Amino acid sequence: MKKYLKDFSVIKSVRLSSDYGLLGLRPSDGSDLPEMAPGQFVEVTAPAESGVMLRRPISIHDVDFENNLLWLLVRNAGKGTAAMISLQPGDTVNILLPLGNGFTLPDKSDKPLLIGGGVGVAPLLYFGKEMSRKGLMPSFLLGARSKSDLLRIDCFEKVGPTYITTEDGTEGEKGFVTNHSALTDGWTKIYCCGPVPMMKAVARIARQRDIDCEVSLENMMACGLGACLCCVENTVKGNVCVCSEGPVFNINQLLWQD
Amino acid sequence: MARLDVEIGNLKLKNPVLTASGTFGYGEEFADLIDLNRLGGFIVKGTTLNPREGNPYPRMAETPSGMLNAVGLQNKGVDYFIDNIYPRIKDIDSKIIVNVSGASTGDYVEVCEKLATLSAIEAVEINISCPNVKQGGMAFGTSCDGAASITKAVRKAYPKTLIVKLSPNVTDIASIACAVENEGADSVSLINTLMGMAIDAERQRPRLSTITGGLSGPAVKPVALRMVWQVAHAVKIPVIGLGGITNGTDAIEFMLAGARAVQIGTANFIDPTVTMKVIDEIDNYCQRHGVNDINEIVGII
Repeated sequence: MKKYLKDFSVIKSVRLSSDYGLLGLRPSDGSDLPEMAPGQFVEVTAPAESGVMLRRPISIHDVDFENNLLWLLVRNAGKGTAAMISLQPGDTVNILLPLGNGFTLPDKSDKPLLIGGGVGVAPLLYFGKEMSRKGLMPSFLLGARSKSDLLRIDCFEKVGPTYITTEDGTEGEKGFVTNHSALTDGWTKIYCCGPVPMMKAVARIARQRDIDCEVSLENMMACGLGACLCCVENTVKGNVCVCSEGPVFNINQLLWQD
Repeated sequence: MARLDVEIGNLKLKNPVLTASGTFGYGEEFADLIDLNRLGGFIVKGTTLNPREGNPYPRMAETPSGMLNAVGLQNKGVDYFIDNIYPRIKDIDSKIIVNVSGASTGDYVEVCEKLATLSAIEAVEINISCPNVKQGGMAFGTSCDGAASITKAVRKAYPKTLIVKLSPNVTDIASIACAVENEGADSVSLINTLMGMAIDAERQRPRLSTITGGLSGPAVKPVALRMVWQVAHAVKIPVIGLGGITNGTDAIEFMLAGARAVQIGTANFIDPTVTMKVIDEIDNYCQRHGVNDINEIVGII
């Protein structure tokens, strides 16, 4: 898929909580959004006042082709992302996109479950919507530390059945995604994005039950183009760039044996 | 438009803007974003005799105005380059230079002999300055004897343009430059990264798997500029300057300090189109200053 470097205008900026923000962005030059696949990501230049030099990789959360809007869900994880979620309508950001490989669509006969933890729910919305558009039926299992950390639940519920867990039990079942009762529902394909310990736990269950499983990694990156070789993950093929050969990997490609 | 073409030994560049090894992949990664044919040249990722997996993750940490890396020369080896990558990039109308690294003198020689057979590769850049590998690398580049012995051996085996990339992690970089000049190097490029370190205080752990790594980016520019100026005054061969260049003005500063050409490195990660802007800005500078030929300003300080 062809890559572009474009200025985007901030059209909407919604602060979901002190730590999370939602940005609706439109190409400043009036052009249409480029083709983007679910699971791909973009690299955003942080506002200059953050003092951050390198771009920050952010999942594509949703693409509204009708209104020509790219949606990013951003967690405040440091100076760069803190400045991003403080952007206001009228501000401009420079974005390199689309990057990485994206998720593999399930078969019509599959029963897919999309599992997200924390801000890792971000790429699952666009993916779920894309599945629905293709007549596939996604279900979501979304986890967070607490009710206030659950993100965009209403949007997911519009796309498919949505199961919730919180570690403190303030919403949905108490515990982790890996002990939610829905997890035993006969899924044939699992897609997962979230903290690495969560993805490893999900991968272990998928392996035990022989369910095909893809995970989306977020290793630290510089270029986003497969040039600097900073973001590598050790795989059955050796060290490969998460930015260009990922961020989505089938777990049978990863050396996650624990 | 001013004349921007420069010569590095027998290597004729249409303009003085190159990309630094390890920051530009094999060029093709940037093909959607820039016109590769406009570059003076590009220096492909450090290539070794045998495939290397590099160092474990994490290999990168951002620091104020810079970054540390500890990639450790991950590459698929020179044979893979020749069979799989070279055919894809050889027709780009821009000079392709291969950065060569090794653990022994024999490694460097063998890789350069193989590369010498490729018609679209008119130059190699010998990396005796990588701070991120245990064997070879910087060990050769931190003494005059080590630098001289590698240069001598490669010179015998490689007839085309031979550039030696110098380490800044030395007491007297000019003496190392003189040592490689005496053994027949056609050019020196500097600086490779400065050895550095970053610590995560909350986790009480180093940020890199290797603990130390190489610092690059705008943070190193004043050091690089000083070293280019020192070396340019010590040798007669052309000097290629790099270290923290992010725009045309930075590039001009290196040329004023004595660089015949420049390399853009870390800035490619910040703005993958930066090289095009640097070329335009150098031309614009020449017009503003009545410079008809970029070579006129090289080393005037």
